[in-house]
Amino acid sequence: MLTITRELRDQIVAHARRDHPDEACGILAGPAGTDRPTRFIPMTNAARSPTFYEFDSTEQFRVWQEMDNQDEEPVVIYHSHTATEAYPSRTDIGLAAEPGAHYVLVSTRDENETEFRSYRIADGEVTEEPVTIVE
Amino acid sequence: MAIEVRIPTILRTYTDGAKQVEGTGSTLDELISDLEQRYGGLRARLIDDGSLRRFVNVYLNDEDVRFLDGLQTTVKDGDTVTVLPAVAGGAG
Repeated sequence: MLTITRELRDQIVAHARRDHPDEACGILAGPAGTDRPTRFIPMTNAARSPTFYEFDSTEQFRVWQEMDNQDEEPVVIYHSHTATEAYPSRTDIGLAAEPGAHYVLVSTRDENETEFRSYRIADGEVTEEPVTIVE
Repeated sequence: MAIEVRIPTILRTYTDGAKQVEGTGSTLDELISDLEQRYGGLRARLIDDGSLRRFVNVYLNDEDVRFLDGLQTTVKDGDTVTVLPAVAGGAG
């Protein structure tokens, strides 16, 4: 289960809309061990592509170091699909390397409705989980 | 001569859960070979066909070694090498 504030959810959706038709990506950091996302960190999609995303490696280092210094971890890793459903692709599954994170997928394929779904991805297996929005 | 190496969660199965280990070597390549002696299997997760794997980021202090000399990057006592799996994916 992913528990997330409305504000953080809306920030992710706004980011995905802003970058459409390129895929948007980023993380939500949270205090280590709490499983509670608290900080919105949009990341540059170094691939700048409508079908692929990749964090800029230098930016990733800086963000990860910052989280480490503040005793945080990446609770949510999010990205958007711009023409397909909000479900992890084979590429998403193959490259997922943070087994403790919630992988949020957003789809901006419909201009009126944004799909927002969350998954756990570990050992090549995808498990969808419910999303609870809190105020 | 000790170089501190920070290991990401997903590779800690090779280091018995340790998030930080120490190694020696004058280049990144040598350092990784040194680590392989104590943490078998780690090298193959970092290197494929003689070069650094595409979706593994390795940093010498705070620089991505791809912007330095890759596996031939010189390392020395007191340096910190950090490994982070790239965060990537997409609809494909």
